[in-house]
Amino acid sequence: MTDATNSDVPGRPTHSLLKLDARTQRRRAAEARFQLYGKLAVAIGVLALLGLLASILANGASSFRQTHVTLDVFLDPAKLDKKGTGDIEKIKKVTTFGYKPLIQKAMVSAIETNGLDDQGMKAKTIAKMISPEAPATIRNYVIANPNQIGETISFKLLVTGRVDGYFKGRVTMASAELDRNISPEQLRLAEEMKDAGIMITGFNWGFLTMPDASDKRPEAAGLGVAILGSAYMMLVVLVLALPLGVAAAVYLEEFAPKNRLTDLIEVNISNLAAVPSIVFGILGLSVFINFAGLPQSAPIVGGLVLTLMTLPRIIIPARAALQAVPPSIREAALGVGASKMQTVFHHVLPLATPGILTGLIIGLGQALGESAPLLLIGMVAFVREYPGAPPEGLFDPAAALPVQVYSWTTRGDPAFFERASGAIIVLLVFLFLMNIIAIILRRRFERRW
Amino acid sequence: MSVGILTLVVLALALIGYVLARRRAVAAADGDARNLHSRTGYYGQLVFLFTSVPALLVMLVWLFLQPIIIENAVSSQIPDTAIPESGELSLVMSDVRRIAGGIDRLMQAEGINEDQLEIMTAEGGDMRARLGAVGVALGGEVHGDVFTAAKAYRQSQQTGTMAMSVVVIVLAAGFLAVSLSRIHKDLRARNISEAFVLTLLIGASLVAILTTIGIVLSLLFETYNFFQLYPWQDYFLSTTWNPQFTGGSDLGFIPLVWGTLYVSLVALIVSVPIGLMIAIYLAEYAGKKTRSIAKPAIEVLAGIPTIVYGLFALITIGPFIRDWIAQPTGLGDSSSSVLTAGLVMGIMLIPFVSSLSDDIINAVPQSLRDGSYGLGATQSETVKQVILPAALPGVVGAILLAASRAIGETMIVVMGAGAAAKMSLNPLEAMTTVTVKIVSQLTGDTEFASPETLVAFALGLTLFLFTLCLNVLALIIVRKYREQYE
Repeated sequence: MTDATNSDVPGRPTHSLLKLDARTQRRRAAEARFQLYGKLAVAIGVLALLGLLASILANGASSFRQTHVTLDVFLDPAKLDKKGTGDIEKIKKVTTFGYKPLIQKAMVSAIETNGLDDQGMKAKTIAKMISPEAPATIRNYVIANPNQIGETISFKLLVTGRVDGYFKGRVTMASAELDRNISPEQLRLAEEMKDAGIMITGFNWGFLTMPDASDKRPEAAGLGVAILGSAYMMLVVLVLALPLGVAAAVYLEEFAPKNRLTDLIEVNISNLAAVPSIVFGILGLSVFINFAGLPQSAPIVGGLVLTLMTLPRIIIPARAALQAVPPSIREAALGVGASKMQTVFHHVLPLATPGILTGLIIGLGQALGESAPLLLIGMVAFVREYPGAPPEGLFDPAAALPVQVYSWTTRGDPAFFERASGAIIVLLVFLFLMNIIAIILRRRFERRW
Repeated sequence: MSVGILTLVVLALALIGYVLARRRAVAAADGDARNLHSRTGYYGQLVFLFTSVPALLVMLVWLFLQPIIIENAVSSQIPDTAIPESGELSLVMSDVRRIAGGIDRLMQAEGINEDQLEIMTAEGGDMRARLGAVGVALGGEVHGDVFTAAKAYRQSQQTGTMAMSVVVIVLAAGFLAVSLSRIHKDLRARNISEAFVLTLLIGASLVAILTTIGIVLSLLFETYNFFQLYPWQDYFLSTTWNPQFTGGSDLGFIPLVWGTLYVSLVALIVSVPIGLMIAIYLAEYAGKKTRSIAKPAIEVLAGIPTIVYGLFALITIGPFIRDWIAQPTGLGDSSSSVLTAGLVMGIMLIPFVSSLSDDIINAVPQSLRDGSYGLGATQSETVKQVILPAALPGVVGAILLAASRAIGETMIVVMGAGAAAKMSLNPLEAMTTVTVKIVSQLTGDTEFASPETLVAFALGLTLFLFTLCLNVLALIIVRKYREQYE
């Protein structure tokens, strides 16, 4: 910095040493700016994470609460079993449509006995506050217990998505004015019923256990089939990807000679890890469904596709785990006369197990959240039937958690958006648990040499 | 015999083989295991492997081939008259399969035995209603020939499964007997079974190659079919994308590629500076405490499934951009736009860029930094003039990998970018991408004879080649220009 000092006595600054010259000030400012950019970038990253989680939580938390109405329904024999034969086939002939008047009556009498103001609405309008799913609930009960016909039974029935949305703040009096499906009078009555303790908003177990529901009844839509389908797929991935992945990693890391074939395999694995997931969906569609004739929407196909996708993501960490085992272990085993195979399977592999399992769990987590390839193999289909028990159940149609989220976002009713965010929360909880297990495994068993 | 039971039978045979082989080996050594070449377990292992592996492999291949062979045999039986006008053989075959499945249930429900089935025809009795009663809903009346074909299908399926069970069990038992009889005192059981295991390991690592071959072949095959039906010039050069399921559609891929590249560009503009700055800050400036909080938080972003980002784009970012940017400026009025998808995808890529760059920056040796500080450079000057140039090839590689991720990303663009194929410069307009169109052309009822469906495979091949090139390029850059430090 000799050129910076320009005074009559050479080598002697003209200003105080405590005062920075312009150039140093500039450099210091640039330094501070650069640090600020870094801090900003980190802040943006953390804020993006928080914003993402906050938005999902804010939209989805309410799907874990659901409003029910408790009604004493008289199972009228004149409607359900006209001849009084008690013949189950005859009772089954009465469709859900035949159960609607029962609910309507129950609703009106509940309002009367509690002395509520019906806001001048007709009985039919009042009954519209109850979910179209409710008649099916009662019908299923009657078919299961035909001897209860003629009795008065207390049912906990779903209310429509709009009434439910009112108690969650999604629907307001102002929006009800404009809505064909709900009126402010109905909402006022709902408010009164809540005060009277007939309508209760409680934890929504049905969201976790019930199957999907049609467009008109978002309040009845649940994740039961999707959770089961995802679990089946993870089972397939676990059963196939664990042995295949570990075997491939062991071969490449411990036995493979340096030759063309090994090179080819390694390039293939690293490439497959970077192939877009949707391409695996195309593979599944054309090979497993069109060529091999496996059924659409079946967890077995989803599981196979996810296995192929996850394999490289399991092999790579498994190889790293094997590599981390120090050569001295191998040398000691070989030195006391173990064969190469014995060395690997008796000594190296057990030591690498925690690392391999960590990679496996993270790979499974990625497979659980993957949706694009599943769209192509028909997992978006509307499935209301629970799949059977494995192994046959693997061939039954099912949904998957992330795909269920997608198919709910394509529906019209805004209540489905709430459900979609709720489903995401469920998915994230599963992923969180898997990652916690992976971290514990790593902390507990990881050894450093 | 179902596949599950068959597998169990084979495994049971193999276990019996294990026990018998151990006993036989000990007996062959006159009761003293020290006289044997290998430890007794290896004799058991040998027989176990020889009994189970070939039989199970044959079963797998059989399961894969049987439907194809039966399908061909049965579909050649169906006369042309049974195929309705404007219908497809594949549609008739799917009816055949469903009726064949329904016959079993029908027999159970109505108590029909095999002989009665033999003389049963579609004309005798209302077959559609009867099948409907057992849960097989059909589109139309059951044609006589179709019903015969369904019976033949069911018959050959039963024969096939029976034959498979017999072949697999005979094979397992045969190998069991042969390998048991070969056991003697000097058999090199350990060496043989280790060679066997090694073959299995090689087989497992070949799955990766098989997957790649499967991907390439299925894409090439269907793309070839597509270009048989649709001129390639139009696919590559046409600038309109307008599929019509009645035929006569325009399937030019240029607007889709435009949308893809535009969204990816926005995503990279968001993610590269932020990701890089995060990596620099965490590697060079941040104290231990900041690092221990910020690094995992950013890595959590990487572990979040893309569907979550898609939903974020759909319900939060999209409406926000529409209400606060697009509508006030009058540049657009839809909540799905290039900016929405690009922004959210950029957030998704931040951890990807930052963790890759972090590794690269940490790989630059401390001596370079020390040298720079010794010359009086500030920390930011060191980063800008020493560390980044040294890490440049790795950073470029990371950016290319991020670009390949962005191009192949599906859920965010499906939910955030829109479905209209447009070529415009306005980032607030909805555009569509290659992946969106693959999804929309292949979901729902797909029929594999129309160019509108097959175009998805051509798009898939385009996407595959695009990302492959980017990945290979990234690899080459990193390998060729990487500075080697001691």
